[in-house]
Amino acid sequence: MSRDLVQLSYIIATGLFVFALHWMNTPATARKGVYAGVAGMVLAIAATWAEPVVVHHWWIVAALAAGVVVGVPLSLVPLTAVPQRTALSHAFGGLAAGLVGTAKYYLWFGEGPANLTAFRMVAIIVEIILGFLTFTGSLMAAGKLQEVKFIPQRPVTYPLQNVTNIGLLAVAAVVGIALVLHPTASWAPLTFPVIIVLALAFGVLLIIPIGGADMPTVIAILNAYAGLSAVAMGFVLDNKLLITAGALDGSSGLILAIIMCKAMNRSFVNVLFGAFGQVQQTKAAGEEKVYKAESIEGAGQVLEQANLVVVIPGYGMAVAQAQHKVRELYDQLKKRGIAVKFAIHPVAGRMPGHMNVLLAEADIPYTDLVEMDEINPDMPQVDVALVVGANDVVNPAARTEKTSPIYGMPIIDADRARTVFAIKRSKNPGFAGIDNELYFSDKTWMLFGDAKNVIGELVKQLSGGSGLH
Amino acid sequence: MIQTDAAAAAPPPDIWGQIFVFVLASFIGLGVIRRVSRLLHTPLMSITNAISAIAIVGSIIVTGADYPIGIRILGAVALFASMTNIVSGFLITDRMLKMFKTDTRPRSGGHP
Repeated sequence: MSRDLVQLSYIIATGLFVFALHWMNTPATARKGVYAGVAGMVLAIAATWAEPVVVHHWWIVAALAAGVVVGVPLSLVPLTAVPQRTALSHAFGGLAAGLVGTAKYYLWFGEGPANLTAFRMVAIIVEIILGFLTFTGSLMAAGKLQEVKFIPQRPVTYPLQNVTNIGLLAVAAVVGIALVLHPTASWAPLTFPVIIVLALAFGVLLIIPIGGADMPTVIAILNAYAGLSAVAMGFVLDNKLLITAGALDGSSGLILAIIMCKAMNRSFVNVLFGAFGQVQQTKAAGEEKVYKAESIEGAGQVLEQANLVVVIPGYGMAVAQAQHKVRELYDQLKKRGIAVKFAIHPVAGRMPGHMNVLLAEADIPYTDLVEMDEINPDMPQVDVALVVGANDVVNPAARTEKTSPIYGMPIIDADRARTVFAIKRSKNPGFAGIDNELYFSDKTWMLFGDAKNVIGELVKQLSGGSGLH
Repeated sequence: MIQTDAAAAAPPPDIWGQIFVFVLASFIGLGVIRRVSRLLHTPLMSITNAISAIAIVGSIIVTGADYPIGIRILGAVALFASMTNIVSGFLITDRMLKMFKTDTRPRSGGHP
């Protein structure tokens, strides 16, 4: 009877989760999705807790309370830190899966070896490999994003890197197969931790060669891994709710990763094993190219004359926390009847959708946020393209330069606008270390400085000059 | 799908039933996620993260049942990790979604 109730609650929770994701299809209903998700979660927790096998209630209360104590501050991080928070939560997800898999193995080894069927053992091995590699991999990713000191930001590569990584995974797989064949052998419980260690090491090695520009894809892939480890846990525990919720998470990570890869014209394999950022062309600067710098006053005047301004934000906007100043500029231009749109490249920033969230935080209506494919046909009609901390996503080399590492990547056609203003912190090339032709184009004018200061100056110029209030 | 969960000694799990559920759920997931607005990809990631912390139901059993203490400690850590994801995932998703507005306050003369 009570088992029927538990299963019924699980089915309802599953339905609520599907609705939660369904409602994310538009911002208008998205918050309803959160409530559905919370309802499903509470129901599932309550139903499980009420199971008669659960007797140590204080243990559960203590762990839940600790989760709340850590979880609430993690939900209050500044929005620029959302990528690392997300990576951290993938780490927690992987850890939970890995630990439950480990616990179940030793439990069954000790108390019911008959439970260690081949199928379950395969599921346990998959669960702990995915879980623990997601744990360390995501911790590394979070560390890189947070710019933790002892974690190298730039991709780290060494000879035979891929061979080493694949070799490590292969050893883990071989040990795993041995365990599947002899789960109850006397050496098994001592061999099990070997897989854990290998998975932990593999996670670190997988992320070390990956640079910041690839983080959106990597976070999406880690998301898929975290989901799949939950699915494997569902197979281990014979729990269909876990299988379903894990599959939803896994497919979400997969779709996001595919979108990110397409937006960079690269494959998964290339992202994970390509060590982007190291393979820069060695084409040394033949002739010294010259930037044309523009003054704030000049830029302000050109902006005032415009009918249509397109702002192209990138990671630099996040770093400089410039989104609120951008909003002030938006207000100033709107006040003059100038149309302002924001062109969002799918991989701008450090995670999928990163720019949208920052601009929404600055109270910019989401109806003015336009996707790359939508804005590109209109770019020739754009009077001013204002590039705020974006680089590779507006680099025309992606269209023309066959030798460029970003060749073939779809870009926002900033170079087709009538005038381009590019705000840039320094004269150094961008993250990928690739020269950007856009900056040397006839119609491009550089505004050197911190994005927040430059835009702040522009706002001052516009609000002071024209007599409009 | 309930009869596989008979009481007493663990019955053989319905392997094909599980795989069936996995495949169907993946198709539902792909169908639903494909239609999620690109604006919301960051909140999508945090809400799916919270949802996949449903791993908490596994951790509750491992922590709360009368198992050896070592096992339950592993479970408690997993339970803590899952609860952290649930709390922070749902809260931050809602916090981000609250910011998405069509038009914020009436602005003078501003229309696209």
